[in-house]
Amino acid sequence: MSTTERDGASPGDLLPGALEGVRVVELASEFGAFAGKLLADLGADVVLVEPPGGHPTRRFAPFADDVEDPERSLYFWHYNTSKRAVVVDLDTPAGARDLRRLVAEADVVVEAEAPGRLAHLGLDHADLRADHPELVWVAITPFGRDNPRAGEPATDLTVLAGGGPVWSCGYDDHTLPPVRGGGNQGLHTACLWATMGALTALLAREVTGRGQLVDVSMHAAANVTTEAATYEWLVAGQTVQRQTARHAAVSPTMNTDALCADGRQVNTGVPPRSADEFRGVVEWLDEIGDRSAFPDVALLEIGVERGGVQIHEIFADAEAMAVFGAGREAIQFIAERVSAYDFFVGAQSRGLPCGIIYAPDEVLSDPHFVARGFPVTVHHGGIGRDVTHPGAPFAMPRSPWRIRRPAPRVGEHQDEIFGPAPPDPR
Amino acid sequence: MASSSALSHLRICDFTGQLAGAGATKFLAAMGAQVIRIEDPVRQGRWDILRGMPPYIDERRGVDLSGAFNNHNVEKLGVTINLRTEAGRDLVRRLIAISDVVSENFAAGVLARMGFPYEEMTRIRPDIIYVSNSGFGAEGPYRRFKTWGPIVQAVSGLTFSSGLPGLGPAGWGYSYMDHHGGNVMAIAILAALLHRSRTGEGQWVDMSCTDAGAWLDGPAMLDFTVNGRSLRREGMPNSNRSQSPPMAPHGIYPAAGDDRWVAVACRDDADWTALAKVVGEPWAAGDRFATLEGRLAGEDALDEALGAWTRRYDRDEVAARLRGAGVPASIVATPEDRIEHDPGTSAWGLWPTVHHTEIGDVRVDGIPLHLSETDWHIEQGAPCLGEHNDLVFGEILGLSPDEIDELRSEGAI
Repeated sequence: MSTTERDGASPGDLLPGALEGVRVVELASEFGAFAGKLLADLGADVVLVEPPGGHPTRRFAPFADDVEDPERSLYFWHYNTSKRAVVVDLDTPAGARDLRRLVAEADVVVEAEAPGRLAHLGLDHADLRADHPELVWVAITPFGRDNPRAGEPATDLTVLAGGGPVWSCGYDDHTLPPVRGGGNQGLHTACLWATMGALTALLAREVTGRGQLVDVSMHAAANVTTEAATYEWLVAGQTVQRQTARHAAVSPTMNTDALCADGRQVNTGVPPRSADEFRGVVEWLDEIGDRSAFPDVALLEIGVERGGVQIHEIFADAEAMAVFGAGREAIQFIAERVSAYDFFVGAQSRGLPCGIIYAPDEVLSDPHFVARGFPVTVHHGGIGRDVTHPGAPFAMPRSPWRIRRPAPRVGEHQDEIFGPAPPDPR
Repeated sequence: MASSSALSHLRICDFTGQLAGAGATKFLAAMGAQVIRIEDPVRQGRWDILRGMPPYIDERRGVDLSGAFNNHNVEKLGVTINLRTEAGRDLVRRLIAISDVVSENFAAGVLARMGFPYEEMTRIRPDIIYVSNSGFGAEGPYRRFKTWGPIVQAVSGLTFSSGLPGLGPAGWGYSYMDHHGGNVMAIAILAALLHRSRTGEGQWVDMSCTDAGAWLDGPAMLDFTVNGRSLRREGMPNSNRSQSPPMAPHGIYPAAGDDRWVAVACRDDADWTALAKVVGEPWAAGDRFATLEGRLAGEDALDEALGAWTRRYDRDEVAARLRGAGVPASIVATPEDRIEHDPGTSAWGLWPTVHHTEIGDVRVDGIPLHLSETDWHIEQGAPCLGEHNDLVFGEILGLSPDEIDELRSEGAI
């Protein structure tokens, strides 16, 4: 993309990432893998430590060509880009020695082991930081390491249910269950905070010379990721209620989705209120050739003439209420007559915030994402083909975000990291 | 209690607002960075729509009394600067000169039009880190498009992927992408600071919040790019179930009472066996559902049978009995449940009370991580409009009281 050119820096591929030189040991896990990916794609050297045979997430669907194989899990491929991998059996003395060797060279450890497991093996942060006080140790657990609920079993679903997000998501019809949003967002939320904690601890270390423990609670992360649901309660003692595809609210609000002519949906945002917006809607009706078919064009024109409608007028002034209602109707009317994409671009180009509701895979061919270089191609040698992955969340021209290599095969970097001899004769 | 020393060596010249920006600098402030939030005195800071918005702690209203604004701006210093005036722009130049980072989440290009393109910032301070966060970023065909959380969520694929079959998108009942976008923005700031430590270089990080959202369903995306299988297909999305990895039962089931629910996830056959024992009914004990294959093949019937069982009991009882057997289970917690009655949050100290100059004492969202040596600290509420003008312009920039009065009288602050 053009940000590098704009900035006058060299092409991104040749530049090291922002975390160049940061060495990370990640104990493979379901809950912490995304944190390792964030660090690795930002340029850290992340060594993924897996048990013999590879981590169980290698057996998570979907698989490339639907062939179930630990080297073909697309789940694993996504969450482990840019990492190197070794096999270490932490339950053996030799494995424990190998881990100590790796950690001795590391700046950061990322782990999501069940609370107590590493302490039992003598491999907890206290054991390994004793000789290595500059080490930053990031622990991601469902409730925090020392929490009264620390022993409870949890998954993404139960974390999001108990932590608040699920209460706010679902449909107007409350006989339907509330909904967990898709895509492992409980894990993602915790891993973002874990990464913020790791980077903060690295910056603090520049001043203090010392590392520390970063204790991340997935449950707490979900709890502080619910926007008004929390502060409506904290501040006013009020409880929000879920609504279809829009914010949960204390009092019901108008729907904001519309079905377009091609059967796809859009989020219509806020209806027109300013004179320019009403003018734009009238022009839009003309453009699609249906001005005469919309019964309330006159009200839209009043909206232009009166200089728009103010929020407080909508509930107090009959004309304003009628004009505002006509604007809402016009938006729905237009939506039913054009494709979702044309509605999205047509609304936005008239200054009306609106969003097309894409399936996750559909963003990859959208002109915005293509222009920003969001889809990135990674060569997967294991199956001998190029695979398109989601790319950078931001343009960072002097230290670009980059997928440096595809997810590693089981033990792919064993020799490179431990040397050609077996780590221990056993 | 002293403030955190984790980032106390850093100063942020902060133009952010709402949550997608303010959330990023709230974290930095809680970690000890000196965050100087700049607001427009002419519009009383109302570019940030949360200034003056509900909820309120009592019957008082006004730009200094929003509980939402307070929640996202704790531990920050607040100043007012009128960028339409040369004296105001000069104050910003002086602040940039002593700051490590300039952060903002205006629409793309707005700060440049107000006189502060990145090139101007580098003239003031060559190693400045500038992080902008807009809906679609500063470059690209949609750079002028406007967004807020639900629109970012729609375009990035998140709205679509939350829902039950045949019912259309349920979406997200809050601006998930404001939280997530703020967190990604914080990561961008912190990573750019580490890059500067190593190289001495600053840079402009141009964040597109929608791109940061599109990053959040990678396995579904790869299922398309590798297997050609879109999430837009019959029976999908079905996000209360688990496809990756497949688990069953996995869902949100009714409990006794009105709008009371319990989430249950059987990760493997061992979880299922434990659940079947707790249920203790013939349908659960038989062979039909003994294997994952069988449970997936009969998932609708399984969900119906399990729902008929859970419906007979109180949600806490169901969750406790299943958890006691080692099966992941949780009530669908209401705000009151998780804030007032959950040892998981209270033991964490997740709802710190801050003192706000006008609002008084009120609880806010805390931080979901603890640092063992330099932990976060949240005690001071959000700044009132211009609350720290004297402190920042006087003690930090070194202006005399007369000079500050002059700025005030000419409408620059």
